[in-house]
Amino acid sequence: MKKLYRKLATPVTIAVLLLSSASALNAQTQLLNVSYDPTREFYEGYNRLFAQHWKATTGQDVVINQSHGGSGKQARAVIDGLEADVVTLALAYDIDAIAQNGLLEKDWQSKLPYNSTPYTSTIVLLARKENPLHIRDWDDLIRPGVKVITPNPKTSGGARWNYLAAWGYALRKSGNNEQSARDFMKKLYGNVPVLDSGARGSTTTFVQRGVGDVLIAWENEALLALKEFGSDKFEIVIPSATILAEPPVAVVDKVARQHGTEKVARAYLEYLYSPEAQDLAAKYFYRPRLKAVADKYANVFPRVNTFTVLEGCGGWQNAQAKHFSDGGTFDQIYGK
Amino acid sequence: MPSKRTNKSWRFVTRSSPLPGFRLSFTFTLIYLTVIVLIPLAAILLHAARQGFIGFLHTVTAPRVLASYRVTLGSAVVAASLSAVFGMLLAWVLARYDFPGKRVVDALVDLPFALPTAVAGISLTALYTEKGWIGRYLEPHGIHVAFTPVGIVMAMSFVGFPFVVRSVQPVLEDLDPAMEEAAASLGANVWQRFTRVIAPVAFPALLTGTALAFARAAGEYGSVIFIAGNMPMKTEITTLLIVTKLEEYDYSGAAAIAGAMLALSFSIMLLVNLLQWWGQRREGNRT
Repeated sequence: MKKLYRKLATPVTIAVLLLSSASALNAQTQLLNVSYDPTREFYEGYNRLFAQHWKATTGQDVVINQSHGGSGKQARAVIDGLEADVVTLALAYDIDAIAQNGLLEKDWQSKLPYNSTPYTSTIVLLARKENPLHIRDWDDLIRPGVKVITPNPKTSGGARWNYLAAWGYALRKSGNNEQSARDFMKKLYGNVPVLDSGARGSTTTFVQRGVGDVLIAWENEALLALKEFGSDKFEIVIPSATILAEPPVAVVDKVARQHGTEKVARAYLEYLYSPEAQDLAAKYFYRPRLKAVADKYANVFPRVNTFTVLEGCGGWQNAQAKHFSDGGTFDQIYGK
Repeated sequence: MPSKRTNKSWRFVTRSSPLPGFRLSFTFTLIYLTVIVLIPLAAILLHAARQGFIGFLHTVTAPRVLASYRVTLGSAVVAASLSAVFGMLLAWVLARYDFPGKRVVDALVDLPFALPTAVAGISLTALYTEKGWIGRYLEPHGIHVAFTPVGIVMAMSFVGFPFVVRSVQPVLEDLDPAMEEAAASLGANVWQRFTRVIAPVAFPALLTGTALAFARAAGEYGSVIFIAGNMPMKTEITTLLIVTKLEEYDYSGAAAIAGAMLALSFSIMLLVNLLQWWGQRREGNRT
């Protein structure tokens, strides 16, 4: 037995050395982009675009791997050690949580233009064909008998945008009267027959199961539903005021530094603001930031009257503490 | 001399074991159990302990959490009972009768084990919503399945009943029909044959299967989450609250609820084991 080991030892060692040196020569730059669910198709396209751009400008090959899942779950994976070079999530609160664990600087959102959000979306209402219940605005959702589909804001990042859009509308309408905003939310969620745990789940419930009269959804999800199931089946209703959904992006400094990918990671995110990438984002129904591209897609994205999380609710940390933490306004809706 | 006696029985175990090297296999068992079961469970308790005893109590007795225990354990008890009745019936049919397609039915029983639970949940939901294949005929009669506790019980029964079938079936197969015939020839009626001959043999296995079905139902997430509706206080299961806590980056809160659930389930399983032990002892005394 021992002899056999000795006989094998040398060739095995050589083979291992050869293999490892070969892989070192071939070493490509690799990036891991940890993102949330609905961006899968957009980033598949964008990764090809960026790889070409990087090859053309630096001559280096870069391979970008993607990981998708619920935004909060993805953030937790990064905190727990998933080695993401960049994160592109649904809300700043999730990247804040990563920053609180020391993986990137707390002022990460000021590092890139437009609050580090290269594309935006907004929260719209999706009604059924020919809008039989004449849903025109948020107020129509609290009418008795209207069934509203929206996911659970405690488990879904996307649903938190929905909640804050309705809350912000109610606040504005009542002239910042919190009590009447609370009443509005209570009536609204009183009309919700099922709280799915994620935004895609709600879309399925409404679109495929045929449950409910109106779906509160991200505009990009609503447009995608129209594209996939036919624009004659549903009707997008733009409310009189809604929230500007800003899904932010950031380099995870600590991981990128370890991987030696800081430069390419930053370039990867900066290139999202280029006309080509903005055009691609618009094709996947995200609203582009660049005015020239936005003008080109003006027929896809109608004008909306929006407010930001900062304007509507004083930023994500405040919004989270006030609405979604234990005993917050969302829990009060269902409290005894 | 108690020490000598334990020594003796120790040697007895060692000698009669068909596995060679009792010490080695026993050590391996312990290591395996520690790595696979005990360390993860200890990690949960450690996480839960982080918020202190008062914080722990506060988390696990919040009204929403209490409501979720009621929903989860209540549905699991109903589902396990249903599984016990229908699983027993199915096991009986499979063990005693020959019919065309028996092998297919036998294989179908295992399907819930193999199917990803989320798939089961999604298909059940698709069937039972107001526009679903079955739901559209139930809704007009005022029977709501999807997004109600009925749906939760349905999903839990789906994942639970194979445990009952697979525990009871081999026992029934081993039971010689001649014993029943003998009982019948001695004048026992159908009920007596069932309670005196079949039940004593099948009961421990049925209890085990039901307990397993219950445990599976109480810990279920994937198949239930789609059909439950997840309305706080009404159809929100405990595992969803654990996920909710994680979503809030509240690891210790999630671990606390998990710990409470663990304790509840464990005490119920312990109770079942005691029942089984008591039943066996009673049985032993009688013969």
